[in-house]
Amino acid sequence: MQVPDDRKYAQTHEWAKVDGDLIRVGITDFAGEQLGDIIFLDLPEVGAEVRQGAAFGEIESVKAVSDLIAPISGEVREVNEPLMDDLDGVTSDPWEAGWMIAVAPEDPSQMAALMDAAAYAEHCEREA
Amino acid sequence: MPWAPHSERDRREMLQALGVDAVDALFAGIPESLRATAMPDLPAPITEMELRDEARRLAACNRSLDELVCFAGGGIYDRFIPAIVGSVTSRPEFATCYTPYQPEASQGTLQAMFEYQTMICELTGMPIANASLYDGATAMGEAVLMAADATSRTRALMAGALSPAARQVTRTYCEATGIEVVEVPWDDASGQTDLAALEEMLGDDVACVAVQQPNYFGALEEMAEAASLAHEAGALFIAMVEPISLGVLAPPGEYDADLVVGEGQPLGLAPGFGGPLLGLFACREEHLRRMPGRVVGRSVDAEGKLAYCLTLQTREQHIRRGRATSNICTNQGLCALAAAVYLAAMGPEGLREVALLGAGRAHELHELLTDTGLQPRFGGAFLNEFVVRVPGDAQELVRELCGRGRLVGPALGRDYPELSDCLLLAATERRTRDEIEGLVEAVRRMSDV
Amino acid sequence: MSEPTLFDLSQPGKRCTRMPRPERAAEELVPTRHLRAEAPALPEVSEPEIARHYARLAAWNFNVDRNFYPLGSCTMKYNPRAHEAIAADPGWARLHPATPDECVQGALELIAELETWLAAILGMDAVSLQPPAGAAGEFTSLRVFRAWHDARGDAARTRVIVPDTAHGTNPASVARCGWEVTVLPSGEDGRVSPEALADALGDDVAALMLTNPNTLGLFETRVLEIAEMVHDAGALMYCDGANLNALLGHARPGDMGFDAVQVNLHKTFSTPHGGGGPGAGPIGVVAKLEPFLPAPRLVEREGALGWDWDRPQSIGKVQAWFGNFLIAVRAWAYIRAMGAEGLRRVTEDAVLAANYVRGALRDTLDLPYPGACMHECVLSAKTLAGETGVRAADIAKRLLDYDIHPPTMYFPLVVDEALMIEPTETESKATLDRFIAVMREIARDAAEHPELLHDAPHSTPVRRVDEVTAARKPVLRWREG
Repeated sequence: MQVPDDRKYAQTHEWAKVDGDLIRVGITDFAGEQLGDIIFLDLPEVGAEVRQGAAFGEIESVKAVSDLIAPISGEVREVNEPLMDDLDGVTSDPWEAGWMIAVAPEDPSQMAALMDAAAYAEHCEREA
Repeated sequence: MPWAPHSERDRREMLQALGVDAVDALFAGIPESLRATAMPDLPAPITEMELRDEARRLAACNRSLDELVCFAGGGIYDRFIPAIVGSVTSRPEFATCYTPYQPEASQGTLQAMFEYQTMICELTGMPIANASLYDGATAMGEAVLMAADATSRTRALMAGALSPAARQVTRTYCEATGIEVVEVPWDDASGQTDLAALEEMLGDDVACVAVQQPNYFGALEEMAEAASLAHEAGALFIAMVEPISLGVLAPPGEYDADLVVGEGQPLGLAPGFGGPLLGLFACREEHLRRMPGRVVGRSVDAEGKLAYCLTLQTREQHIRRGRATSNICTNQGLCALAAAVYLAAMGPEGLREVALLGAGRAHELHELLTDTGLQPRFGGAFLNEFVVRVPGDAQELVRELCGRGRLVGPALGRDYPELSDCLLLAATERRTRDEIEGLVEAVRRMSDV
Repeated sequence: MSEPTLFDLSQPGKRCTRMPRPERAAEELVPTRHLRAEAPALPEVSEPEIARHYARLAAWNFNVDRNFYPLGSCTMKYNPRAHEAIAADPGWARLHPATPDECVQGALELIAELETWLAAILGMDAVSLQPPAGAAGEFTSLRVFRAWHDARGDAARTRVIVPDTAHGTNPASVARCGWEVTVLPSGEDGRVSPEALADALGDDVAALMLTNPNTLGLFETRVLEIAEMVHDAGALMYCDGANLNALLGHARPGDMGFDAVQVNLHKTFSTPHGGGGPGAGPIGVVAKLEPFLPAPRLVEREGALGWDWDRPQSIGKVQAWFGNFLIAVRAWAYIRAMGAEGLRRVTEDAVLAANYVRGALRDTLDLPYPGACMHECVLSAKTLAGETGVRAADIAKRLLDYDIHPPTMYFPLVVDEALMIEPTETESKATLDRFIAVMREIARDAAEHPELLHDAPHSTPVRRVDEVTAARKPVLRWREG
């Protein structure tokens, strides 16, 4: 399994990547595989507040609904609107085009609580 | 035991395969104390012949609409049901099949429900309809909860002139979740919802305004005005409709309703002592993902051929569990099928005729009663149902008339104490001029006017 | 195979049912502002076309008359013909619910008898037939619980404990009552462990919802101990009665310490499923909860039965009238014909059949839990999936090629690749033997010809349906073109 080492990971399979002043958030390819074909994505609006460990949206496959859990607290500055119309992008390019929101972090040190790539890869091994 | 396909040999062989002597061994996990008291006290079993005789004797103690000339309304009507309806719904392929979760094994039910949804959209003028809910009353409860969710507001205004059962069910649904249901008064002269009062009551905590057309008193409401008042306050407008009336009345889509509910019994269902019924439910596109209940969608199969399936199931309890849009897990599949066959049998022209025939008869009845000196309670326009004031207790009159072969009502006193001398009268296409004259004569004699 | 919709068949001027000509025009009856501008675009078709349309659609449905449905937790048993004949009697079917009580004594007597019989079967003190479906019965019962707690001034209870094996309706009904769900993980043996329950209980818990036997087909053997703990904590016990087919004449929810239970008449009491309804979900409750049941209640006054609407503590109504009465008529007929001994045999044959299938398939699929099951068994395709890549869904779809409806899949959630099988008592041994043989053949094919399963079904009117496109771009109604 390829896990990029340019970002951090949550136990709930979201990634968080520093991008200038913002933290870009998406879900991992492991999460995408578990979900299967995505049929609906519910993301917050720009300006919404998200909390580390709390749901910021929902992702649906035909037979399952999962919360999207914020890896970091802060204000949503960007939302990947095109992704909503191209749901295959969530799984076909999870690391780049499949990003979901960009957050202005309230406390960037929260990133330290997340796993690095190696720890996340191990975490996936255990869950598989 | 009836309907058991096993011979004693079959049972013995199955037990042997399991390596146990008696079936009791399979119940060893149930504590003995529970098993000791488990046999219910029931009448001894009987054969099919005896059963059918007993059922017939009991049924004969009822006075059905085969015996009573029906002028009763209140949401359940004595409509004509074409024979094709029962012939389709009694097919075991429709009656004994399961919920169509497996689309490859259920294309018949799925296509029939897709067609039903389309018919309800056409009837109501709304873009989306689901595959039905339990009845009109529970559909109203669902609609109010959905409106509260969509608006994040906590007060629901319901016309006091809206079906009492629908209001009561809505209260049962809402009270536990902290949504307050408030009733909008009706105008004493017209029986219509008091729109000036409605305007006063609206505020930024109001999730929805629910009005029935025609309302419980049979009066025609000013739906367009009520809807625009609701919308100005940022509330959703819920229309409760009677489906036959939509053969002639403006559909809710025309007056900008957001959610539409209705009791579908008049569409080919027997009155059935009040159940099973059919909850009609339609809404605007933006509310699709909040909609309760099943919905059938069109798709293709692996070979690209047109196929149907249940869709948007992530709204439902078997997937979303505690966060589902509703706890509902059935629709009224067979009742919705009956409605679809009925609507196809009638077609647009037949539906218009059915609506007008009933309305015409009701107006004849209204005129004759007025000539006799009995007073309709309200002065406004109506379609096929209206309220009449009678001398004395209305419920007593309902009883006496029933004894003379005519069913009228419901009497209004239980739900509206101030109208205890009033009752509903309705006419459908089944009533004849003679029956109407007979009723007027009976009422005249009994009330001595 | 394909069948045009009624809308495709429609042509202006075609008619099925003809009505007499109305004497008055709409404009004479109603102010024109209330009238619709355009007639609804309903299909215009003839009777022969309608008859054939539905005959063709009917042929594409699996149904209990023709097919075996080993569908766990759904109890797809045979629907006796006599009950349909009885329910069609105009003395029931053509009763208007607003008819005065004295003119519907037969119907009220039937309701009274069915209430009494269900109470006896359940070991409960009072029954309400008003909830129109099983989920409605759950909600009604929880609302009654809430009213009972409130009446005692104990309004601070906000949580309901629900095991992880529960049906989805359980948590959904809890939410409908404005309460929160606490999920209770099942123990190693697939049952609720009193130790885990002790951790979850507290003075903010309103109820425990328990399915017994649970959705793994296992009897909750420690239910008496569990009930005592729940009651000691001031909470109430709810029984999801979906699996009542395992208990008739063998154990009663009331005796187990439950305070309320719903009955799915369309499961245990053999009323037809109708392609998803109408069902009926009467509830039974203990005496202390009776005042809170939906209004009206049936009472006897001066030798006659009648509705009592004056129920100040009632939670109100949960259906427009008295529940799905014509479904109750069928259930009444079933119980009347069976008697207590017959019902007891129903359960014995149902449990025997489930164990027979379970035993016969133990070498074909995994058995996640040891020991006898009740009326249904949960098997797992986990090992098979690991070896062959064939999943539970593929097995299920392949069964369709043998004219057998798939079992319930991927439920309960605690079992990977779950296949939940409930044969019911009305399937002959020959049918069960064929099912067993088919399952073994499918397992062989999974190893040797996995593509047969991946691409299944092959013989149904349509192949696997693209549910992803259906959900992404919903088309929910017919349109021209």
